[in-house]
Amino acid sequence: MSTTEHSAQSSTGQRPDVGPDSNNGSPPPLADARQHDEGTLEQSKELRPPLPARPDLMERGQTAGAGSLRLSKRAARPQLQSQATTALSLADVHTADRLESGDLKSSPASRAVSRKPSFAYSLRHASTAASEVDDGASVRSDMPAAGSRLDGESMLGDLIEGASTPAFKALSAQIERADPFDGTLAEDDILSTQMQYELHDVASVDADGTNEEALLKIWKAKLKHFFILSASGKPIYSRHGDDQLISHYIGVVQTLISFYQGANDPLKGFTAGDARFVLLSKGPLNLVAVSRLGESDAQLRTQLESLYMQILSTLTLPSLERMFSYRPSTDLRRPLEGTDVLLDGLADGFTRGSPSTLLSALECLRLRKSHRRVVDETLLKVRSSNLLYGLIVAAGRLVSVVRPKKHSLHPGDLHLIFNMLFEAGSVKAGGGENWIPLCLPGFNNTGFLYMYVSFFSTSEDVHSPEAERPSSGGKDDELAIVLISANKDSFFELRQMREDLVIQLEKNGSMAVIKTAIRKGHASCADITPGTVLKHFLYKSRGNVQFTMPSFEPHFHGLVARRKLMSLYHNLHESIHSRTSHLKVQHTIAYDSTALAWETPLFELYCVASSNASRAALVQGANKVVSWIRREEERVFIIGGAVF
Amino acid sequence: MASRVQQGGRPGGARFAQFKLVLLGESAVGKSSLVLRFVKDQFDDYRESTIGAAFLTQTIALDEQTTVKFEIWDTAGQERYKSLAPMYYRNANCAVVVYDITQASSLDKAKSWVKELQRQANENIVIALAGNKADLVAEQPDKRAVPTADAEAYARESGLLFFETSAKTAENVKELFTAIAKKLPIEQASQRGMRGPAGRAAGVDLGTRQESGNTAGGAGGCNC
Repeated sequence: MSTTEHSAQSSTGQRPDVGPDSNNGSPPPLADARQHDEGTLEQSKELRPPLPARPDLMERGQTAGAGSLRLSKRAARPQLQSQATTALSLADVHTADRLESGDLKSSPASRAVSRKPSFAYSLRHASTAASEVDDGASVRSDMPAAGSRLDGESMLGDLIEGASTPAFKALSAQIERADPFDGTLAEDDILSTQMQYELHDVASVDADGTNEEALLKIWKAKLKHFFILSASGKPIYSRHGDDQLISHYIGVVQTLISFYQGANDPLKGFTAGDARFVLLSKGPLNLVAVSRLGESDAQLRTQLESLYMQILSTLTLPSLERMFSYRPSTDLRRPLEGTDVLLDGLADGFTRGSPSTLLSALECLRLRKSHRRVVDETLLKVRSSNLLYGLIVAAGRLVSVVRPKKHSLHPGDLHLIFNMLFEAGSVKAGGGENWIPLCLPGFNNTGFLYMYVSFFSTSEDVHSPEAERPSSGGKDDELAIVLISANKDSFFELRQMREDLVIQLEKNGSMAVIKTAIRKGHASCADITPGTVLKHFLYKSRGNVQFTMPSFEPHFHGLVARRKLMSLYHNLHESIHSRTSHLKVQHTIAYDSTALAWETPLFELYCVASSNASRAALVQGANKVVSWIRREEERVFIIGGAVF
Repeated sequence: MASRVQQGGRPGGARFAQFKLVLLGESAVGKSSLVLRFVKDQFDDYRESTIGAAFLTQTIALDEQTTVKFEIWDTAGQERYKSLAPMYYRNANCAVVVYDITQASSLDKAKSWVKELQRQANENIVIALAGNKADLVAEQPDKRAVPTADAEAYARESGLLFFETSAKTAENVKELFTAIAKKLPIEQASQRGMRGPAGRAAGVDLGTRQESGNTAGGAGGCNC
C-alpha cells in the first residue's frame, strides 16, 4: 500500500474521492456477525412510530441494508465486522506533531477528513474508514461472507501494532490522563486564540470613522460570519459589524453572486485562504456563510437554511414574497426589526457548535418511561380545544409533547422555538407569560400560529402564580410550558390550560420528577459507559429524529474544548454523510483525539476518546453506548408522545 | 411588596378591583422597562426587544382599604405587530402610551396610538402619556427632543394623564400607575371584583371571565 503525504494545501478543498481501489478490495471476514442483535434492532424499529417528520431518513434511503457493518461486542479482541461487499478503505494520514508519522499509513483513497479547508488540527487526522461498496444489489444481501481477510485489514493491524511500540507507549503515557484536545498547541491553532473573542460584538464605527481600521481587524479575525442580503444587494443581516463596516464586503458578495447568476450558473461556494464561503439563494434573499471552523458545505448550508427559516418564522413566505414582488428594493430590516437577537442566537449556536442542528434532531430530558407516561396523560387530560401543539421544555430539552395525530413536529421548527426561548433573552427576561405570533415554516410557511409561553424556575419548590417569574439565572434550571394554537384569541384559554396542567403535575408528583431530572443534568460519560475510554458521544436515533449525549464536563471544559469537540463531530458527520463516501464506520486518529463514527439505518453514533485510546477500546465503548441506548431507549427518547 | 399589602388588605370590607392595562408605543421607547420597574422594581441596561406581547400582573395599594390589580399587556412596538394591537386594547380599562423624550418621532407615533385608542378602544378607557428616558435628559439636557410643555399641552388637549418617567431611576413610575388607578372606576369595578376573589381559587374565574370579555370586545371591534 502506498504511503502518500498530503500537505495541507494540496488537500484543501478537494472532494472526497472513493478511489477505485477501495471498492475492489476482497470481502472481509464475517466471523462474528451478530444476526441476533440486528434482528432485535430491526424489530424495535418497526414497532416505533416516528415523532417528527424525518425528511433526512427519506433522502438517505440508499443506506438501507440494516446494520451492514457490525462492531463485535467481544471486548477481548474486537474488530470491525463488515458485510460481504464492504471494503475497508485505507487510512489517510497527515503529519502529526507528536506521533511518528511513519507509524501511520496513508493513501489517497479516503480523504474524508483532511479535504476540508479547516484549521491545523483537523488536518492531522488519520482516518481508517470502512466504506460501503457502490454496488446496490449486494448492499441488501445479508449473506455471511466466507471471504478472506481484506488486504487493508493487515494494514490496520500494523497501525495497532505501531501504536504499541515502546516509543508510542512512552508518548501515550505522558498524555494518559489528558482529555482530548488538551495538548493542542496554541500558536498554530486559530481556534484556541480566537474562539474566546468570537462571540464578542464588534463596536460601531465612530461618526468620524477613526476606529474603522481597528474594528475591521477585529471583524476580519472572526472565525465565522453570516450575511443575509436581498437579491438586489441590500444588506439585511450580518452577525458582526455594522453597516458602515460591512458595506464594501456586501458589495463584493453581491457582485460575485450576480456575476454567476448572469452566467446562469449560481455560485454555491468557494474557498479563499482558510475560509470557506457558502452561498444559498432563497427566492428574494441571498444568504452567505463564511467559516474557518471547518464545516462542510452541506453543514453550512443547513445553518443558512435555519437562518432563512427564522426569517420565514417572523414574516411568513407569502408576505416575504409579496414585499419583494411589490418593490424589489424593499429594505427588509424594517419588517425584521427586533429579530436580530434571534438570528444572532442561531448564528452563535452554530459557531459554538450545535449538536441539534448538526444531527437535525432534538434532545429529550431523560425520564423513566412510567413518569413520562404520566406527564403525557396529564397533557392529554387538560388539553384545551384550541391547542395544536403542547410542549414541556426543560433547559433546551424536550420533556413531553402533545400533538394531533396527523401533524408531527419538524425538528427545524422546534429548534427555532428553543432558540427563541433559551438563546434570545427577551422571552425569559420578560417574566410572566408571553403570547407570540410566529410562523413554523416546517409546519406551514404561509400562516401564523400563536404561542403561549410560561417559564418556571425549577429552583423554587413552591409554585404560586406570583412567584413563578424566573430570576435571570442560567438556562439549566428553566422549565417552560409552550402551548401553540392556530387561534389568536386563545391566550386565556391556553393560560387556563397551563394552570390546570401545573396543578395536575404538582398533584401527581410529575413536577417534582421533572425538576429533579433537570437538576441532575446530563449523565457523565463515565456513568453511562463505565470502564471505557469514551470521553463523549452523540447518538442519534434516526427513527425518532432525536439524539442523546452525555455531559461535556469534565472532559470538555470551556468554549474552545467544546468547539473542538463539535468540529470533530462535524468532520465525522460529514465523512459518513458525504454523498460520495458511502462510509458506514469511520475511525480517525489525531494527535489530540481519536474518534469513531458508526452509521446504521437505525442510528448514527459518534464517539470521542483521547489520542492514546486504541481502536479496539473505542469500538468496545461504542458497543457499550449502543447497548445502553437499547436499555434506556424509552427513557432518553420520546417515543410516540401524547397524540390526540 | 405591594402584593403583600393586597393579601393583608383583602379580608374585612376592603375594596379590590382588577383592571386590564395595555402598553403601546414605538419600539425601543422603554415600555418593557417601565413594566419591569413597576412589577419587579428592576432595570436592565440592555434589554432585548419584546417578542409578541408579555402578560404580567401587579397589585398596588391605593390606601389601606383599596387595592388595585393590574393585568398588563406589554406589547412589542415593531410595525409588524401593529395588526395584533386591537387584540390587546379592545377591552382594556386603561392604556399607557409611551414615547422617548429624546426621539421626537416617537411622540408622533404615540399620538397616532392615542387616536387609535380613542376611536377603537373602550369608550371609558383611561389613557396616560409617558415620556420615558428622563434620566438621559437629566444627565445631558441637550439630548431632549420633546419639550415637556409641548407634550403636556397635547396631553391636556386630548384628556390624557401625563408623566415624564425614567424606568432607570424609577422616577414617576409608581406615580404613573397610581394616578391611573385613582382615575379608574374602582367603586364600580370592586363590586364586580368581589365576585372575583370569592371564586378565585386556582384562578379559574380569570380565564372564563376574560374569555367572555374578549368575545364581547370582538363584536364591538367589528362595528368600527
